[in-house]
Formats: sequence, C-alpha cells, structure tokens
Amino acid sequence: MSDAIALKRPVRSLVTRVMGTVLVLLVLGGLLVSASIWWNGRLAARQSYDRILLGAARDIAESVRILDGAPLVDLPVSAFQLLAQAPDDRIYYAVHGPGGDIVTGVDPDRTVDRPSGGTAPVRFFDAMLNGEPARFVQVTRRFVERDFSGPVDVVVGQTLRARQAMTRELMLDALLPMAIAGVALMVLSFLVISSALRPLGSLVEDLSLRDPRDLTPMPTDRLPRELQVMLGAMNRFMQRLDRQVDAMRNLISDTAHQLRTPVAAIRVHTETAAAETDAGARALALDRLQARTRSLDVLLNQLLARALVIHRTDSAPRAPVDLREIALEMLERDDHAVLMPDADLRLVIGEDPVMVRADAFSLGEAGRNLLGNALTHGGQPILVGAERAGPDAILWVEDGGPGPEAAVIERLGQRFNRNSATSEQGTGIGLSIVAAVAAAFGGRVEMTRTDTGFRASLILPAEETTP
Amino acid sequence: MKILRLAAALVLLASPLPAQEATARFGEGGTEVLVRSTTDIQIIRPVIERFVTRNPDLSIRYEQWGSNALFDRSRADCQSGDAPADAIVSSAVQQMVWLVNAGCAQPYRSAVTLALPQARRWRDELWGITTEPAVIAYNKDLLSAEDVPRSRFALLDAMRDNPEFYRKRIATYDISESGLGFLFAYSDSLEATTFGALLEGFARIEAVATCCSAEIIAGVADGTYLLAYNVLGSYVLNADAATVGMVLPEDYTLVLSRGLMIPKGAAQPAAAGRLLEFLFTAEAQSLLAQAGLVVDTDDDDAGMDVGARRFIPLSPTLLVARDASHRDLLLRFWSETFRQAEIP
Repeated sequence: MSDAIALKRPVRSLVTRVMGTVLVLLVLGGLLVSASIWWNGRLAARQSYDRILLGAARDIAESVRILDGAPLVDLPVSAFQLLAQAPDDRIYYAVHGPGGDIVTGVDPDRTVDRPSGGTAPVRFFDAMLNGEPARFVQVTRRFVERDFSGPVDVVVGQTLRARQAMTRELMLDALLPMAIAGVALMVLSFLVISSALRPLGSLVEDLSLRDPRDLTPMPTDRLPRELQVMLGAMNRFMQRLDRQVDAMRNLISDTAHQLRTPVAAIRVHTETAAAETDAGARALALDRLQARTRSLDVLLNQLLARALVIHRTDSAPRAPVDLREIALEMLERDDHAVLMPDADLRLVIGEDPVMVRADAFSLGEAGRNLLGNALTHGGQPILVGAERAGPDAILWVEDGGPGPEAAVIERLGQRFNRNSATSEQGTGIGLSIVAAVAAAFGGRVEMTRTDTGFRASLILPAEETTP
Repeated sequence: MKILRLAAALVLLASPLPAQEATARFGEGGTEVLVRSTTDIQIIRPVIERFVTRNPDLSIRYEQWGSNALFDRSRADCQSGDAPADAIVSSAVQQMVWLVNAGCAQPYRSAVTLALPQARRWRDELWGITTEPAVIAYNKDLLSAEDVPRSRFALLDAMRDNPEFYRKRIATYDISESGLGFLFAYSDSLEATTFGALLEGFARIEAVATCCSAEIIAGVADGTYLLAYNVLGSYVLNADAATVGMVLPEDYTLVLSRGLMIPKGAAQPAAAGRLLEFLFTAEAQSLLAQAGLVVDTDDDDAGMDVGARRFIPLSPTLLVARDASHRDLLLRFWSETFRQAEIP
C-alpha cells in the first residue's frame, strides 16, 4: 500500500510550481533579450567596421593617380593603419583598372570575385578570404583625363575577428547586468511568493497539528480573501458537523432520559397486571398500561420529530414558504382529532401571503406542537393564524384558557423542563421543537396573554414577496 | 654539445625552386623538425644546440636561406599544400606578414606568446623572436668616436660639410637587392622627412649601395668604407672585427624583430611550438643576446634612448612594404635620386 503511494509522482509544492513558472518566464525573456542584444551588437560591430573598411578604401582610391595613361597606386600607409584598428584581421586589397585587370593587390595572382552588376560607387559584399569569411567593400573612382578615362575599382576586405570580438564584448557587457538582474528578480520573486504563501503555510501547519475531533472554527482573520472563503466554508461545515454531533448526543441523552420513566412504569403495570388475580384490579392495571403506552407513543413521536426538525434545520435547503399554508395545513391534518375530536378550531388568515424563507416541514412540526399544546392545556376556542407585522412574519396559536404560570413560561422551550408540575404528556419536548425551529430560522417564540386568552407565537423574519 | 653533422651545401642547380644556402643537423632525437631561416647557422648555432640538449627527443634540420628564396619557397608550399617546413624564421618580416595574411600560418598560443607586446606578435601566428637595432657602423681607426655622426641630422651635416672626405666611403644596402635593406628604407620613408635628404646626400657623395651585410661590414673593417648606414647591429657584433664600432642613431633607431611562423600543414607543429617557447626562455634569450640577436633596448647602457626606438611592428601595415606598385615607386625614387646625383 505504502509502496504504491511511494511510486506515485511526488506532489510538488505551490512554491515550487510558481517558482518554476517564474523561472521559465525569466529564462524565456532572457533568451529573447539575449537574441536582441546579439543582433544589435552584430549590427553595431558591422557598421563601425564597415566604416573603417570604407575609409581605408577611399584612402586608397584617393591615392590613385594617372601616370603616362595608366593608373598608378601609391599605397597610403594610413589606410592600413586604419585597417589595423582590427589588429588581428587579415587584409585584402586590390585595385582594378577599367577592364578588370589588376593594377596592384595584396596577391595579384588571387583576387576575390566581385559581385557583378550594379554601378553604385560603394558596394559592400561578403566573401571568403583564404578560407576565412570576410567582409569587402568596393569603391569606384571614375577618371576622366586626357590620356585615361574609365573607372578604377578599389576593393578592400578584412576578416571578421574584430567584428566578432566586438559583438561578443557588447553582448557580454549587456548580458552581465541582465544576468545579475535576473538572479535578483529570481530571489525577489522567491521572497515575494514565499511571503504571499506564508498564510497558507501556517494554515497547513494549524490543520496538521489540529486534533481530528476538534470542530471549533479556525481563525480566519489576517488571511487573504481567497483563503477566507475557503476557510469560511470549512468552518461552516465543521459547525454543522458540530451541531449534528451535538444534536445526536442530545437526542440520545433526551431519549434515554425521557424514556426511562415511562418504560419503567409500563414494566411495573405489566407485572402488576400479570400478578393480579382479581379481574377488576387486573382490568384497572391494563387500563393504566394502555394509557401509559399511548403516552409513550406520543412521546416517541415527539422525540423523533424533534430530532428530524433539528437535523433538517441544518441540512434541508431553505425555500420560500407561505405561513398561511402552514396554518391551513395544521387545521386540515386530523392529529387534533385524536387529542380532542370535538375541539372548536378556527383559522384566522388574511388575503396577502405571509412569506418566510425556511423549511416547510420544520415549520409544520413547530405549528403542530403549538396546536397540540393549546389543545392539551388551553381552553376553547382555539384560533390558528398567520400574519405579517412589520418585518416579522408570525404563526400563532391562541386558546381561550388562562395559559401557564409565569414561572413555566420563563422556562418554556428548554429541553428538560418536565418537572413534577407538568403532566406526563408535558409541553417540554413540543415547545423545545418550536424553540429549535425559531432559532434555526433566525426567529423567536413569544408567549403572551391576550384579552381573550393565551397566545403562543412563532415569529420569523419576513421574506419580501416577489411580485 | 652533440653535433652530428654539419653540412654546408651550395645551391642545388637541379632543384626547380631556389634552394637553401647551407644545411645543418642538430641533435639525434627521433622526431626531426625542419627549420628554414635567414639567420646564419654560425650565429644561431648555440641556441639550437641548447634546444636539442633540452629536448633530446627532437632533432633539428636547419636550412639557411636567402630571404627572397625562402619567401618564394614558403609561398609555393602554402599554395601547393606540399609539406612545408615546421618553422620559418626570417628577418624580412614584411614577407612573413604577407604569408600570414595569405593564411599560410597556423596559430599557437601560450602564456609566453600572449605576454609579448602587440608589436611583436600578430594573430598568434607570427612572433618577433629577436630585437635587433639598425645601426651606423664605422671604422674606429679612421673615425674617432667624437667625429662619428650620432644621428641622421649629424650624418647629413657631415656629408654636406666634408663631401670629399666621405666620397665613395659610405655604404648602405642596395634596397633592390636586399629585402632587409628595403624594409629599413621603407621604414625610414615612413618615419621622417630626412629620408629624401639622406638619399640625396648619399647620391652626392657617391655612396655605395651594395647587397650584403657581410660585405658591407668587411668593407668597414678594412677601411674601404668610413661608415655604413642602417646595417643590422647583430651583424656588426658577430663580425667580431675590432676596428668596427657601432652607433645607435639618437634621433630614432629602427628595431627589427625577426619573425617566426609555423606554416599551415607543418608536420611537427607541436615541436615547432616547443622551439618557439624555448626561444623566449631566459636561457635562450641570454644565448641570443650573446649572439647579438637580442639587444636589451630598455638598457640605457646600450646607448639607445628608450623614446627613440622604433619597433618595426608585426602588423598588416607591412603589407604596404611588399606591395608591388609601392615597391616600384620607392625603388624608382631611390634609383632616380642616385641617377640625378650622378649627372653633374
């Protein structure tokens, strides 16, 4: 297993990747600039040495004079001193008369082939000089004398060593600072990239040192925005996980806590019924057993509903819900028929929709529990309504009774408020569902006495209706 | 010192090309290195002997040539691609420069050769191995040291003031015959306007233009000539004549460096490189100095003002000295000047 992992290509770090890219860019740029420098240097060397060549050729052409009807060359030393500016280059020179016949030359037996065609007075050309590439210039001087008329061509050439040396020097002179700048850029970019990626590094360190069971949010301050988004998502996920774990733990402990007493009672009643010999007493025991079982059924349903609601508030997507529909649904379901078949129920809703953004199922559960409480504890008639009040959307249940004592209202919605004062079909779990729903959707639960009775309201932030 | 064989040979008439004047073989090493040179065997002998002693695996076949013959032979070898010599040494450096310019040499580089001044190497294919001043030689018996002209101006004045005293008793190279004489005359013509005046002066007193160093110095030694202008100092020193003194002209002194090149296609270029390297060792330089081929020009005792020496630089400028039409012009100027003077 570990061998298989080891065989895989090692995963490169972000710094390596970015630095690699920067290096490639720098090298490519460097190559381009080098090529351009080389080209410019070559051009500069060519121009300057071409001028020397031309100067020498003009010098020689200037020294040609006509003597007895023939051109005569008194080779000027200055021309060669000029050419000696390229000290290590071989020299070619030749002076040709009108017919192309040679007047004088470095080696009259061997002359370079001059390019044919063209009558420009100055022509540069490239050719080989004794096996070495060389640059030549031909300067034509036209004579019109009594005893001689025609062009005299002076060809001067030079090998390329000095040009190459100059190109090389120019290039080195330009490349050296560029190489230093390149290295400096490399170092700078390494520093910049490292510092930009430092938060990521510390984040990685945090994560790797973190206890796998630690679901507390990671600090997001002083992080770059991109990382904050990522870390925010992760924190939300961890929070949800945390809540789910909490909910599960609560469910288990609640269930254990809530079920222990009724199950023990059922066992006692069963044993009593089994042990009772008297038929009347047995019937009484069985009656109690039945009541206990029914109460357990309700309790179980509530526990499961609550677990479901808490789970859904975290996981189910939120959608626009009309509270009037929830209220209508509460009345149409016949749950209340079980508790109180002949109850006097009334629906109080308006024309306009009362929209919230929430989970319809959870709202339905909360409403059902509010109605259940009213049916169980309150007096007749029972009004169920939904209305909009400013920024709030309210789902309420009002009964005609006096409502619970103030002390009970204080503690409503907490999880374990089954005390001796409440009956076995207590409001504790029901109201805790309502409270959980209210908290999940950013709302609250309000218990108020009204002129006509007691009202329990689930108040949620209203969603603006879209026309 | 092991000298196996020393053979002096006359010109071989059967040879299609002008051949060597003399031949010598030094050492008995298996690898034979052919050196063609214009330097007399007698003069260079101690240096070559020391070289083969230091390099027992090498033997040197030394051929002594006239400069023009050597140039023609080397040029023909270069163009035909025939096996050339392994090293060529010539005092006619304009010819050496021409050969290098024609691509007949191969490069050699070492710390020693790269340290040479620019005037004494060209393209790392031609090196100046000696420093020999062009001097005024005089007969000590006939001219007292005070009377010897110590510069060209003094020489001009002397010729003008005492024409009868000097008539037919000043010798110089015939530049049409002697490559070295031509090189000196060419260098003089570049150096100063005194050149024309000197030629006229020589013509007026009917100076003798002759071909060879040995002849000139012998003439000075036996009193035929009072003095000789522009002779190579090394020949004066080697003539070993007690009656011949020499003066380094104070206005300027031409300094010649004999050129050595390794021809392209040489059979033993590495051995030739070793010879070149050896010639610049302190040992070889002191032997060359004893032979009169190296005059310490930095030394004030040599009587030469450091600022007055004019190295004949190994540079492409010397191509002008070998240009046919330039040569014709100079020779015409030379002979016309002499001819005019002959007409009374």
